[in-house]
Amino acid sequence: MMRRLWLMFAAIACLALPLGYAAAQTADETSMADTQLADPAQEAEAKALMESLRCLTCQSQSIADSDAEMAVDMRHLVRSRMQAGESPEDIRQWLIERYGDYISYAPEAGGITWPLYAIPAVLVLLALGLLVRRLRRS
Amino acid sequence: MNRWAFYIPLALFALFVGLAGYQLTQPKADEIPSRMVGKPLPAFELPPGRADGAPVTNAAFTDGQPRLLNIWATWCLPCIAEAPHLESLKEAGAPIVGIAIRDTQEDIAAFLAEHGDPYTGIAIDERSSVQLAIGSSGVPETFVIDGQGIIRHQHIGDIRERDVPLILEKLREAGE
Repeated sequence: MMRRLWLMFAAIACLALPLGYAAAQTADETSMADTQLADPAQEAEAKALMESLRCLTCQSQSIADSDAEMAVDMRHLVRSRMQAGESPEDIRQWLIERYGDYISYAPEAGGITWPLYAIPAVLVLLALGLLVRRLRRS
Repeated sequence: MNRWAFYIPLALFALFVGLAGYQLTQPKADEIPSRMVGKPLPAFELPPGRADGAPVTNAAFTDGQPRLLNIWATWCLPCIAEAPHLESLKEAGAPIVGIAIRDTQEDIAAFLAEHGDPYTGIAIDERSSVQLAIGSSGVPETFVIDGQGIIRHQHIGDIRERDVPLILEKLREAGE
């Protein structure tokens, strides 16, 4: 039952998408937002990057998930730059330079975020120390 | 062990819960400021927004005169509310270059006929490429660009009447 529903959804999506985007396209440049890259490995990298970039107008959604027009343009940016040979991390850095790390769902250690990584490690060491002390005593 | 020291972890925990609770009640900041303020405009060339217009390039911003760069769109409702205030900025002597996001010349002509035309030049950004390159996350947004093409100030959202003096001030500062 679920399978059939999914197939139906997929069929509707396949029919509806080209209709919607055909209207938005101009003659000179075709949007690559929803066209898979020819190289499957590169496409997989692009997909992973798009799933870890925040949609700016809808927020709390990735640009892979969102149908907001700005997310569509960001997918175009990702796929066209990757096709031109840029690495996913270059593209992520390019966007972080413009919007800050807010745009990326892949957190980075460093700057003001290092305590997030350091504190748990310190706590674990502290707990181990206490445990060892108690075990020795008993 | 001192009997008060026993409560320190509990106090720390209560502090953490209190802080988290407080932050949860605070409204979410939905403005995403551009990190490009203080940096030069990226290189771009965009097609004209008017049928008889010329393409707009970043070089148009490096002739020594500070300008406003207005990111807008004919499909954007707050842009209609902003139109009269762009008009008063124009009357105060501010040159305004418009970049219309995902727009067409026909829609732009109709919008300007209805809501007034404050622009010295208009370009169309079909794929938000310039918008993304300058760190703008929505429409409308307005940037103050100095005479060397450096981004000096970003105004997020539609310009209200009360915002006009600050924008004129920033434009004046950019010309110093």
